[in-house]
Amino acid sequence: MGRAKLPRKSTNIDMTAMCDVAFLLLSFFILAAKFKPPEALKVTTPNSVYTKMVPEHNVLMITIDKAGKVYLSVSDNNSAEKQEIINTINSQKNLGLTDQEKGFFSRLPTSYIGVPFSQLKPFLDKMGVPDGLKDVVVGGIPVKDTLNNELIEWVRAAMTAFANSGTPMKVVIRGDNEAKYPSFQGVISAFKKNDLLKFQLVTSPVSIPTGTELWKANQNGTAKGVS
Amino acid sequence: MAEMDTSSGGGHKKGPGVKKGKKLSTRVDLTPMVDLGFLLITFFIFTTTMSQPTAMPLNLPKDVDKPDEQNKVKESAVLTIMLGKNNQIYYYEGMDPTKLQSTSFKGVRDIVLDKKRRTDPADFVVILKPDQDATYGDVVNIVDEMKIDDVKRFAQVDISPMEYSLVQRTEQANGIH
Repeated sequence: MGRAKLPRKSTNIDMTAMCDVAFLLLSFFILAAKFKPPEALKVTTPNSVYTKMVPEHNVLMITIDKAGKVYLSVSDNNSAEKQEIINTINSQKNLGLTDQEKGFFSRLPTSYIGVPFSQLKPFLDKMGVPDGLKDVVVGGIPVKDTLNNELIEWVRAAMTAFANSGTPMKVVIRGDNEAKYPSFQGVISAFKKNDLLKFQLVTSPVSIPTGTELWKANQNGTAKGVS
Repeated sequence: MAEMDTSSGGGHKKGPGVKKGKKLSTRVDLTPMVDLGFLLITFFIFTTTMSQPTAMPLNLPKDVDKPDEQNKVKESAVLTIMLGKNNQIYYYEGMDPTKLQSTSFKGVRDIVLDKKRRTDPADFVVILKPDQDATYGDVVNIVDEMKIDDVKRFAQVDISPMEYSLVQRTEQANGIH
């Protein structure tokens, strides 16, 4: 008696505003996300604690796949350099490539070289057709034989092309975890022959194990090189 | 907000004989939609930031033919690590490869740190020698290990035939094929 009754309040909350926010954020992230370019060569990269990002432009990329085959590619926005590389190789080796075949390498965004010089012409013809290389087994650029390391000439052509256009070339190796060491050795010996001594290896980031030297150094804020 | 005005005529009184339509609530429970929205956001955040590859810089020394121009290292300060089949690691201290011992990637950190503690930091050098059966992943992992263990000086050198045969013999003795 005489007790004041508390009015019952509904516990329903209007979710509309929250829903709006959620979808606004969602659309922002979808639009801001950069989609992975379709990769012609599937490679599982090893892990490392390094946090520096892989450069995207002016890149000469050497890919080593699971079987140890070596491929060469140049980043998309450097079609002038690509054109010069293929011209140089064509005239040095007398391959007799047509302008159209050269264009397949220099203009296609995902183009790569994965055959010895002798098979380059049919390889480029297949690359010009959509999905033309899908079921073709290519042998990779020969590197393991020290007397016949064709990558030396490719790297030299690339260095000349980039030097002529005045853009600094960044060299990146994207190797597969399972690739055997001799392929990697062949690639770095091709670099050494061209006096190319600085390059980067593509890795997937992992966190630094706690309690290690580097971890302690990071805690003290004295680490160099990483980040 | 999530409801619509279903009452016709805005409170206008209807004449007699006009049947009133039943008012149906158009309120929709938006909670599952919010859940879905945030789930998708989380998914997109994870897939975008996690897949960015990183770069490990590697600088090679220039090949020098003349022996007197080559870098000299103190015998007592050297740890040689060789990489073999099946992610196995073989190591020895100093210049005598016959003192070879084997370990794995789990044990190599203690060995490097132990050696590091016992030697003068100015002289301490790790020599990495991957053999023909090692994988590219092993090489990257061991270079990464050098970074983790804060080893300032390490060099990658080709394995000598003698060391390779020693590694092979150890592999055979340990039953690694």
